[in-house]
Amino acid sequence: MTVMRYQQALAAAVRDEMSEDPSVIYLGEDVEHSLRFVSAGLAESFPGRVRDTPISEAAFTGFATGAAMAGRRPIVEYQIPTLLYVAFDQIVNQAQKIRLMTGGQTQVPVTYLFPGSGARLGLAGQHSDHPYSILAHAGVKTLVPSNASDAYSLMRAAIRDDDPVAIFAPAACLHRRAEVPLDFVGRIGQASIVRSGSDVTVLAVGHLVHEVLEVVDELGTSIDAEVIDARSIYPFDWRLLSESVARTGRLVVVDDSNRTCGFAAEVCATVAEESFAVLKAPVVRVTRADSTVPFAVELERAVVPSREQIVQALSKVIEYTQR
Amino acid sequence: MRSPVFLSNPVMELSCVKQSELLNAYESMRLIRSFEEMVVGLVNKNEIAGVTHEYIGQEAVAVGMCATLGPNDVLTSTHRGHGHLLARGASPAAMLAELLGRESGLNAGRGGSMHIADVSLGVYGANGIVGAGVPFALGASSVQDGPETRIAVAFFGDGALNQGVLLESMNLAKVWGLPVVFCCENNGYAVTMPSSRATSVTPVERAAGFGIPGRTVNGMDVADVSAAATEAITWARNGFGPYFLDCQCYRFVGHHTAESTMKLSYRTQEEIDLWRLRDPLLRGIELLADSGVPPETVSAIDNRVDTILAEALDLAMAGIRPAPESALDFLYSSPTLVRWGTS
Repeated sequence: MTVMRYQQALAAAVRDEMSEDPSVIYLGEDVEHSLRFVSAGLAESFPGRVRDTPISEAAFTGFATGAAMAGRRPIVEYQIPTLLYVAFDQIVNQAQKIRLMTGGQTQVPVTYLFPGSGARLGLAGQHSDHPYSILAHAGVKTLVPSNASDAYSLMRAAIRDDDPVAIFAPAACLHRRAEVPLDFVGRIGQASIVRSGSDVTVLAVGHLVHEVLEVVDELGTSIDAEVIDARSIYPFDWRLLSESVARTGRLVVVDDSNRTCGFAAEVCATVAEESFAVLKAPVVRVTRADSTVPFAVELERAVVPSREQIVQALSKVIEYTQR
Repeated sequence: MRSPVFLSNPVMELSCVKQSELLNAYESMRLIRSFEEMVVGLVNKNEIAGVTHEYIGQEAVAVGMCATLGPNDVLTSTHRGHGHLLARGASPAAMLAELLGRESGLNAGRGGSMHIADVSLGVYGANGIVGAGVPFALGASSVQDGPETRIAVAFFGDGALNQGVLLESMNLAKVWGLPVVFCCENNGYAVTMPSSRATSVTPVERAAGFGIPGRTVNGMDVADVSAAATEAITWARNGFGPYFLDCQCYRFVGHHTAESTMKLSYRTQEEIDLWRLRDPLLRGIELLADSGVPPETVSAIDNRVDTILAEALDLAMAGIRPAPESALDFLYSSPTLVRWGTS
């Protein structure tokens, strides 16, 4: 057990997997000098297995697919979360579909790492998206670890997985420290109950897990909330969620995706379909606005989920039943 | 009008190509031609769902290239991919079963014509997006785990010459010195768009812009393709990096099977007829005759191919259709919760 910062934990996971498995390689823009800190020192430790790429997201993403089909386990780092859009065909229309389209002849064990996803004040429209819902929609295994411990164990799980897996490290989590059990390999598809409670289930993603926990702490004994960290957006742990909702009868989903067709929308639709009978109040979402992130900090704060919105959402579901 | 090109010097090439190689090349071209003709019939009878893109007219390119590849080499294909698979030795029966949507198909009926692949032969798949398979060739060529340098051939059409991922891949292959042969099947048209209107320079000039050496090839002549392929593959295998071939060829049929019903006028019958005079199969017969192969031998090959395909079709048609409840199979490598479209 070691206390680590989030990025250190990601770096340790990569280093441990590269040490154990010579087929793991690492590529992306400025990774040899480790602009995003995850690949720090790797180029020296693993000569020939860490490679800076030109700014050619489509080509290096497709390169990883071909290398994976030939037996490598590439990790591809995208310096900016929205580079996903530049590489989109290669991820969702190529790598993700190849296994089914070839009838299982081959597999594409690539890890796509987005080591600073989401808004972080002042990066404006094209650097502030947190696009995990988009990959989940396309059926790509999609992880959003909220803390250093999960970052380590899920990064290792992603690298070991035989399918394409995307990991979004929320920019707002990168400063966080936690005790990290080294050597632990996580499981994709498992959510985690980070606080038990009986009044309401709050499902949150990434950095918003911490926001929710702090809000719940501030509210003290007035609301006994059960807080779930989604961790794996696709596949999602539907069972854990439905069991929790069955206990609490109320659900708030806190999701840093645009409101329309985002992860929260899918969760609410499923709960409405499958858990309607146990609900004591309508489900409530706290999401981003359906908007591009504007530059000025007041405007950015206005469109991403806030603590005030979380407090209001909790009050809304609780008060509904008190009428 | 796009006129046929006369680039090769057949007398010179004959000395380079053995009679046995010519016989194999002719049989492979004949197999592709007859396979594609069979496929057109099956599409028109609605036995094959959707549309397919036939390789008719371009046979010499796949055959000349694949004849030069070793067992550990890799290729990436295009939406017009049947020829590449057959030239690489894929089973016609398994391919037909795939096109017919059978569980016994090469891709278990999950890919169809546009995604047909035989990874065991190093064929990393046909592709429904122009140019998108090219970077796979780079990735595969970076993995060297055999006794001989693995090279990868990326096939693409002239239409891909303006696709970003191809241009990025050409640059990446050059700066990383990867053993990749870029094989442009230049049939002159991206669907209906003539390459002269779409591409600002010639393909070889485009390659030169990336510092990649290349040459123009008579893609209607298997001997010329084979000679060029040997040159390109030797270059790449010896560590000199990527090489580019502009194989000038022509598709005798429409962009896809349905085009015949669409009355398109982007090329004249006169142009098609002129290119048909350069039919790679006729050229193959000519080369065989020049090397002393009697016409009876050619007929025997034709008959053998007919028999192979008739048997392959019987086998393919007898294959079972996949069970609807298996539609989500093959999505993931490990047990993963996947939901159907209703709760």
